[in-house]
Amino acid sequence: MTHPIPPGTRDVLPDEMRELRALTDRLRAAFEHAGYGEVWTPSLEYEEVLKTGDERAAGAGYRLFDEHGEVLAMRSDMTIPIARVVASRYAEAQPPFRFCYFAHAYREVQRGAGQQREFLQGGIELIGVPAPQGEAEVISLCVSALEEAGLRRHRLGVGDGQLYRHLLEAFEVPEERHFEFLEALSRRDLAGLEMRVRQLDLPDLLVRLPQLRGGPEILERADGPVAGGVGNLRALHALLEERGVADRVIFDLGLVRELGYYTGAVFELYDPAVGFALGGGGRYDELIGKFGRQLPACGIALDVQRVHMAQAAEERAE
Amino acid sequence: MTPTLTIAVPRGALFTATLDLLDSLGIATAQVRSNERKLLFADAGIVTMRPSDVPTYVEHGAADIGVTGKDVLLEQAEREVYELLDLGFGQCRMVVAAREGDDALGESLRRLGRVRVATKYPRVAARHFADTGRQAEIVEVKGSVELAPLTGLVEGIVDLTATGRTLAENHLEIVEEIADCTARLIANPVAHKLKAAEIDSLIERIRAG
Repeated sequence: MTHPIPPGTRDVLPDEMRELRALTDRLRAAFEHAGYGEVWTPSLEYEEVLKTGDERAAGAGYRLFDEHGEVLAMRSDMTIPIARVVASRYAEAQPPFRFCYFAHAYREVQRGAGQQREFLQGGIELIGVPAPQGEAEVISLCVSALEEAGLRRHRLGVGDGQLYRHLLEAFEVPEERHFEFLEALSRRDLAGLEMRVRQLDLPDLLVRLPQLRGGPEILERADGPVAGGVGNLRALHALLEERGVADRVIFDLGLVRELGYYTGAVFELYDPAVGFALGGGGRYDELIGKFGRQLPACGIALDVQRVHMAQAAEERAE
Repeated sequence: MTPTLTIAVPRGALFTATLDLLDSLGIATAQVRSNERKLLFADAGIVTMRPSDVPTYVEHGAADIGVTGKDVLLEQAEREVYELLDLGFGQCRMVVAAREGDDALGESLRRLGRVRVATKYPRVAARHFADTGRQAEIVEVKGSVELAPLTGLVEGIVDLTATGRTLAENHLEIVEEIADCTARLIANPVAHKLKAAEIDSLIERIRAG
């Protein structure tokens, strides 16, 4: 006789659990070795606290009432809880702070197949180090931790979440039309984006920019109004070269991430063996300030189950 | 030589035009044309499937890129794929149609406060009626949608039409247009980054052609 579990959740049995545990142990060791101490926060937060960080509570999908009628929410990521921890537990301490975590997060399932309601995230947050030094540190740590975990072909995409917005402003696209452009971009609808640009007779760069992705050479092809944002990416590239990880990075000027708290660089992780991104992150310089302590910060979160898929595929390939 | 890109090709109305496009890009499709039952053509890097499955294979990375109709993409709007290019062929329209002569749709709305609509595109239909502020009961059918209003199952249909001939033959008329649909080139988000050069060169050759 079988009994159901909610779609998007799963049971893990010993064979898989051993592998997952070995994987998270290796990642944790790499993070700890780099000075990122592990933290643990409650799965349930006050909804109001999550909303302090992001007005959509970072997409939290599950809410309940406690015995006093307060609204609690299941966290949808670890970044907002850690921002809360920094502002409340490290209010006076001297930055920078380096934290790692391995914890479940919860999101609404929009449709059945493949989406996870509960998923294990492993990630790092670097707080108090500005761009581009912070980015360079978390990117190279993430790349090398995945290497420790047995991945060989993984790449990390880097973009700037504000770039397209700046471009729309620079070309004086009416404010009320920004949304449809940004929405097309976040839906990855480049054909729709092109149609809108042609309809309004706007500069070609609005079509070309989001398609620029590759090595540092693509940064040379984006100039004019976005020179500032691209300049930051160039500076980051120089630091990544020093750290010897530049060849693992794909610059991607069309990269956008859904979460609203990103203020600069955004990241996404790929492995050729898996059709979905393994994780992502970015810079969120204003988030901790909303909790009362103004500190620049950035971080990356990995979807452990997907990293496991990539790891298994790498083993088969060897 | 192993092909660098795996391409999902839709069987059905877009099949021949898609293969013509691939031919013009120097991808040999003779085998695909002559072999109706075979699905996987590893030498050419082609997999064939029904159009509505193309986004699924591409989203999961089982194919790097694919061709499918905008109608399919509208219905499966939540798929995480890049829509790279409007290929221009396979032009048709997503429409609301109803029986000729009487205003069954309007009358149902006025007197019963809602309209029943049969379709193979339940999400497109539901969104269209919701966006236009009308209550609709969506009836999903798998076969010929034209039958539904003729038998009194529904007052209207939402369907794809190229020439309007099938509608006319069944004494149905177009009452609203929802969207123009053409074939689109889509890509897996990870392949779009990791195989950027291959995909971009393909796009460039399509644009030039």
